Amino acid sequence: MQSKPIALTILDIVSVIVLGISTYLALVFAPTEAVMGDVQRVFYFHIGTAWLGLLGFIIAAIAGIAYLITKDLKWDRFEVAAVEVSTVFFFLTIVLGSIWAYPAWNTWWTWDPRLTTAAVTELIYIAYFMLRQGLDDPDKRARFGALYTLLGGISAPITFMVIRLFRTIHPVVIGNQSAAAQGGFSMSNDMKVAFFFALFAFTVIFVDLIWHRVRLGALQEQVEQLKLKLSN
Amino acid sequence: MTDKKSHPSLLGATLAIVQKDLAAEFRSRELFSAMLVFSLLVIIIFNFALELDIDVRRTVAAGVLWTTFAFAGTLGLNRSMAVEKDRGCMDGLLLAPVDRSAIFFGKAISNLVFMLIVEAIVLPVYALLYDEMRIFQPGFLGVILLGSIGYIGVGTLLSTMSVQTRMREVLLPILLFPVAIPVLLAAVKASNGILTGAEWAEIVTPINILILYDVVFLAVPYMFFDAVVEE
Repeated sequence: MQSKPIALTILDIVSVIVLGISTYLALVFAPTEAVMGDVQRVFYFHIGTAWLGLLGFIIAAIAGIAYLITKDLKWDRFEVAAVEVSTVFFFLTIVLGSIWAYPAWNTWWTWDPRLTTAAVTELIYIAYFMLRQGLDDPDKRARFGALYTLLGGISAPITFMVIRLFRTIHPVVIGNQSAAAQGGFSMSNDMKVAFFFALFAFTVIFVDLIWHRVRLGALQEQVEQLKLKLSN
Repeated sequence: MTDKKSHPSLLGATLAIVQKDLAAEFRSRELFSAMLVFSLLVIIIFNFALELDIDVRRTVAAGVLWTTFAFAGTLGLNRSMAVEKDRGCMDGLLLAPVDRSAIFFGKAISNLVFMLIVEAIVLPVYALLYDEMRIFQPGFLGVILLGSIGYIGVGTLLSTMSVQTRMREVLLPILLFPVAIPVLLAAVKASNGILTGAEWAEIVTPINILILYDVVFLAVPYMFFDAVVEE
């Protein structure tokens, strides 16, 4: 059994450090937003976690296609890792969004396109785990899982398109100046530092977690094979 | 490959599967009667749950109908695949020297036929019970057809998957509903627009989305159905 690579240990430490810095930037360094006050600070982590959710689901869909073409279980491990990490971060996004939404919109939840798409996407990936759980054959599990992430990856943007036909109040912060009424704002330079650093920090954490999860998947497989050997 | 009898064309094989399903269903009428009775029950429940008085009805008719079709559809999808699996018919189909996508299209078409027959009975009943004659418009019926195609397309693929898992029937709605939300929402939006006499500009976007969804969710299963049925 291979021991933990040194690079991974280093990445673990770096992850903790950048998360610490990012927290400092978001909570202390960034100026308080004039209208919304301190609750706006949730935004930095909200975007960071949302970015990971999106990134992971795109990676999962690509890994799924790669698996369907190559039939190499390595891609399946990648896909599971990406979906698992993203599902958790996407859930965090929704919770953080709710915390911000209550003071800003005066409600925890609203059926806006982004919120609804987020909730539906989260449900798709929970269904994904239930599907995998119901299958014992690793190849079949990988095939079905890959296909389902592909279906989910196609359907989520269409869901967004459909719900956009109904109206929205979610602010578009970047590239939109007239959104102040919805709780949007334009970022000052210090805010931008905190914002981009949060994106960077969460990306590092993402790579770290995926690495751990892929490694765990490989170890799980080894254990299964050893168990089979013992029982024979 | 030139021998037509031993290697039927994709269309020929598809139609043979449809014919088989329709003949079996015509004799037993299991699936059809279950879907129909279930649909009528759902409509009755909605009547009391939503207190469908004349004002409410005007705005929720499309939603009630689509919810009913979606639920009845899962029932049919589950049953039609479970029958193949339980009686070992799926193995027979897989052994046949035909393109695997013929199995997908065959099952999808017969599922669609069952769903359309149920809709063809439920719609007049709904119209009669609630005095809702507006639903007999070509536009409304067209939207019903478009929505059913997309729903059945992705549903047939997912029911083939769910029937092979340990949870079987329970899993299908969980897998299907989140993925089918766009088609259901677009169908509701378009049907509602037609019922309330909205302008064409307002209806055309959901209809375009429906067509997009139909094309995508027939193409994807066509490409990957192999991966779902191989052992």
